[in-house]
Amino acid sequence: MARGRIEIDEQYCKGCRLCVSVCPQEILAISSRLNERGYMPAEIIDMERCTGCSMCAVICPDVCITVYRQVPLRQT
Amino acid sequence: MGKVVEKLVYERPKSLTDAHTHYCPGCTHGVSHRLVAEALDELGIRERTIGIAPVGCSVLAYYYFNVDFAEAAHGRAPAMATGMKRANPDRVIFTYQGDGDLAAIGTGEIVHAAGRGENITVIFINNAIYGMTGGQMAPTTLEGQKTTSSPMGRDISIAGHPLKMSELLSTLDGAAYVVRHSLHDVKHIRRARKAILTAFKVQLAGLGFSMVELLSTCCTNWKMDPVESLDWLRDNMVPFYPLGEHKVIDAVKDL
Repeated sequence: MARGRIEIDEQYCKGCRLCVSVCPQEILAISSRLNERGYMPAEIIDMERCTGCSMCAVICPDVCITVYRQVPLRQT
Repeated sequence: MGKVVEKLVYERPKSLTDAHTHYCPGCTHGVSHRLVAEALDELGIRERTIGIAPVGCSVLAYYYFNVDFAEAAHGRAPAMATGMKRANPDRVIFTYQGDGDLAAIGTGEIVHAAGRGENITVIFINNAIYGMTGGQMAPTTLEGQKTTSSPMGRDISIAGHPLKMSELLSTLDGAAYVVRHSLHDVKHIRRARKAILTAFKVQLAGLGFSMVELLSTCCTNWKMDPVESLDWLRDNMVPFYPLGEHKVIDAVKDL
């Protein structure tokens, strides 16, 4: 089961690739479709391997990534 | 395996508006904006903060921050901040300035604001080039760096040496907290975030002038892709502009 999950708001993404370059799991890629502003947004290609480390969100200049992490119930 | 729940670990800060930024893809202005917004959120001071935008690429910062904002004449943000802070001491005042704004036309204002020990916070973006006007040589351009106005590279014998603003301001008695950080990787971005938070705490505690210099990229005018720009920043700018705390008075250490 995935330990984390991210959501990419594609309308904010400018396809700069910085998230792709820092993802330790290498599960991000630039898609081949265009968003409404004419950029090719980043997408996640294997959500199951996401650990929720949030490195993509920390480097994202356009603040388009939201990160969730699976935690044991007692820690919340 | 026990029961697990999904916890939100990262979301867009409340101190940013929903606007799309005009910055080029990969521009670290976006990262700096976010770090400032996160600090305002964390300290719970969004509703009593006033930002001051410079002239330069970040001239439109007032569209992107969800706080009150003013726009200063080129380089005059620290002077405007001085007036605002003295008239409204309960407000948190920060300026957001690039190297063309702070280190060229606004050198006088920043030096005297720091010298007077004005209780303001300055976020200084140093990307070693004039971005908005088309990539000309800035006071912070490195020796040998090619720009549109130094096509053969900056020649020190003609253009002089780059200015190290953090070192310069750290010599002034009025400065309480002057640090330099870089935005070239996740680890350093996290450090920069912490420094911005401290800078605002310095102002809240009334300790005096605080400045965080952030080494940044300009992919378009450096003529590199965003990932290469971060590498260039790490390999060329970081060795010339040493990272770290250039001035931290004792009272700041106790915060």
